[in-house]
Amino acid sequence: MKVGVVVFPGSNCDRDMYHVLQDVFKLDVKYFWHEDKLPKNLDAVVLPGGFSYGDRLRAGVIAAHSPVISDIKKMADKGLPVLGVCNGFQILVESELLPGVLLKNTSLNFMCQWTELIVKNNKTPFTSKFKLGQKIPIPIANGEGRYYIDKENLAKLKKNNQIVFQYGNNINDSVFDIAGICNKEGNVVGMMPHPERAVEPEINPKDCAPSNMIFQSLIATIGARK
Amino acid sequence: MSLQKEELEYLSKKIGRQPNDTERHIVAAEWSEHCSYKSSKIHLKMLPNKGARVIHEKGYDSGVLDVGDGYVVTVHIESHNHPSAVEPYGGAATGVGGVIRDILSAGTRPIALLDGLRFGDISKDSHAKWLFKNAVTGIADYGNCLGIPTVGGEVEFDKCYSNYALVDVASVGFGKKERLIKNHANAGDVVVLMGGSTGRDGIGGAQFASDSLETEDRSAVQIPDPFIEKLIIEATLEARNQGLIKAIKDLGGGGLSCAISETADAMGVGIELDVTRVHTRESNMNPAEIMTSESQERMLVITDKKRLPKLQQICKKFRVSCSVIGKVTGNKVMKVTNNKTILASMPAEIVANAPLLNRPAKEPSYLKRLKNKKQPAPPKDLSKTILTLLSSPNIASKIWVYGQYDHEVGIRTVVKPGSDAAVLRLDNGKYLAVKIDGNPKHCYLDPKNGAMGCFEEACRNVVCTGATPIGMVDHLQFGNPENPEIFWTFLESLKGITEFCKHFEIPCVGGKVSLYNETPQGPIKPTPLIGVLGLIDKTLLKPQKIESGDALIIVGTTKNELGGSEYYEHIHDFIGGNAPKINLAESKKNMDSVLQVIRSGQVKAAHDCSKGGLAIAISELSITNNIGCAISLEKIPQEKLDYTKLLFSESHSRYLLVVDKSKLNSVLSILKKKNVASSHIGTFQGNEILFSDNKKPVAKLRVDKAHEKWFNSLRDLVLHA
Repeated sequence: MKVGVVVFPGSNCDRDMYHVLQDVFKLDVKYFWHEDKLPKNLDAVVLPGGFSYGDRLRAGVIAAHSPVISDIKKMADKGLPVLGVCNGFQILVESELLPGVLLKNTSLNFMCQWTELIVKNNKTPFTSKFKLGQKIPIPIANGEGRYYIDKENLAKLKKNNQIVFQYGNNINDSVFDIAGICNKEGNVVGMMPHPERAVEPEINPKDCAPSNMIFQSLIATIGARK
Repeated sequence: MSLQKEELEYLSKKIGRQPNDTERHIVAAEWSEHCSYKSSKIHLKMLPNKGARVIHEKGYDSGVLDVGDGYVVTVHIESHNHPSAVEPYGGAATGVGGVIRDILSAGTRPIALLDGLRFGDISKDSHAKWLFKNAVTGIADYGNCLGIPTVGGEVEFDKCYSNYALVDVASVGFGKKERLIKNHANAGDVVVLMGGSTGRDGIGGAQFASDSLETEDRSAVQIPDPFIEKLIIEATLEARNQGLIKAIKDLGGGGLSCAISETADAMGVGIELDVTRVHTRESNMNPAEIMTSESQERMLVITDKKRLPKLQQICKKFRVSCSVIGKVTGNKVMKVTNNKTILASMPAEIVANAPLLNRPAKEPSYLKRLKNKKQPAPPKDLSKTILTLLSSPNIASKIWVYGQYDHEVGIRTVVKPGSDAAVLRLDNGKYLAVKIDGNPKHCYLDPKNGAMGCFEEACRNVVCTGATPIGMVDHLQFGNPENPEIFWTFLESLKGITEFCKHFEIPCVGGKVSLYNETPQGPIKPTPLIGVLGLIDKTLLKPQKIESGDALIIVGTTKNELGGSEYYEHIHDFIGGNAPKINLAESKKNMDSVLQVIRSGQVKAAHDCSKGGLAIAISELSITNNIGCAISLEKIPQEKLDYTKLLFSESHSRYLLVVDKSKLNSVLSILKKKNVASSHIGTFQGNEILFSDNKKPVAKLRVDKAHEKWFNSLRDLVLHA
């Protein structure tokens, strides 16, 4: 199983994600620079967190025009799993792979804290192992993490079962407590919290089993596909 | 902002002629107090800097410690006080940037940041509040963007910093020993300037920082660009991995003048540089401006002609500008040209080594006066006093600050901010504990013991995680050294730190001196800051949840030492009395015993006893674990003290240990065998913190109420007051 981690100028969780995929879950992982072509045999791709292009203009908006995005779109069209975490989620939204937008937190500050997610959709490649309503202790770390979408499109999200994660307590005034969503088909998932920071017991002060299931779901999905 | 008359004469004599204008600008930047340490250098030699783990290489701007298994940690500390006092956002942000590049220069990846922030009294001073808020945002925006976690630090407010700011930043790096850059250069090598463009920002910054702050010279403050810094980090590390770097130096204070002269001097070579090759932000900059600009995010790299194309390729990949600005020569001369015209030509050794000063020192007259000042009467309601102290911005939770810092990125942070020391996991399975501590209130009353106390406090904090201190960095911040009374406080602090280093065999691996920290209202209190690195081979003490029935043990003696305490200053607005002293033998015995007990695996949590005294240390344990505690004051090892002294004295060498009651006797017997002052003083239970003396209640607080005050006070003060 081959998983790609895309590195944009200013990505800074790429090495953390790589470590988790390779050392914790023993996957075959490769970095891809944002100007690289993605090989055809890739089973899944992850857009890690960070500050691509220093969050200039708006988080993720410049990276959304990177050459690699067209290959990511092709993978998404093929139904392959695509995960965007934090800045990766912002990039997926800005490149219109996912609907909505991420705004500055209402505190206007960067927020780094632990929170709890509730699984709302267990049909995606990253949540298939969860029970609906299951809780995941996980940290957030962002300045522009407030998910926003207008009423009409929120109704569509709900109708299409595109809301993947909600916050247990709405920490940043995101619409409908949304912490993560997917595309209509369910294979492209974006989330603001950082699963890669929660899977190892040494650094997870609460319970690392639930966040592990995000990656175990992926392994089950791409394993099953083969 | 120019050379002193005697310095000009010295320079003329050394080079055998009158220096021209460009040469004067270059030398003035390099001979500023900030770059040359001319007031402090002869004294800094007393600090022991050798040790089994210490790795010395020429031209390093950071300390390097071997942590075994082929790995090293690097550490450095710097301040950005003057810039932060006039432009807190940019000043604090570029302070972070500067220290990170020092870590990078050794060829290691920065893995953690800590910052010490000091401002005027924010409860009354709205300017101080503005400085504080913006400095925190500056640090957050810079460090977060780079993906380097800010894992610890301290925040303190004191009237002596009114209209001023102390922003200290320490950074820790990690890497493979074999990949350390061993600075060397040969004639014919090329000199490359990598990174941001050179602009008019920060011109004369080093001289600006080498005088008291009287004007708000914003043009001397550099402009931060963390995105470029991030690209430089990755480009430099990639170049290091490919072995393309022969020597490297960060551009900081003094800009190119400093980087070129110091590099040439350290390598024992000459460097010839053409200012027209420097990529600039503006087209019409004159050579002196180019040579002294302190524009940020720039690195000087020396490589050879063969490897240059590969280096350029890496820069191209990251879109980092890179100019070949000169070459290495064999004649030990620093030569600056404008195309073919020679602008400056002086031996690098002379430029890089300012004439040193041996300034006079005299014990300040205020010391005796303050010691004998009549001490305030004890308060009637001790419970209320404890609550007031818990809401002091110096004691209250700093979550408003560290909640804005990404302290998890890098996935190494095992013990997170808010504890005694932060703990990072290393790739060899060991752990690194880090902490910085200062205490200007103690240092003002007793600079020597105060400085030793800061050192011990930082050690106590890392020891509470189970770590052995393996190295330290110091940052010595004082007022105008030309004032003999101020210089005396500098020397006393330095002597204290030296004694502590020697007694504990902890090498000083780096540091910085920052002088002229004063405004027209006067100098700051002496503010030496100590950063300590501790290494944990096996037994990491990660604080466990305290449960009902757990026992509280104290190690160390509480003494009549209320001078400089938060109790005196916050409750009574009183400066005076006996500041806590360090007894080195007792200090070492207590520290060793606590480490032994922690390593026996029988301790659930350890907490050091410092600001606010015993009352606050115990309250903090209760608050953060949401459980009450019943404490018997009569059991505390002490020099017959009244309740205020017992509760609020900030005596050093004290530790609180929490153990399961089944382990109590075993732990007490280890401590007894070591012959340290120690006692079982309380039991965790219920929802009240209750201090009593032979069962007679002395002070009582509800945990939820105490939590509310402690948790919210600082945030409320910043956002609502």
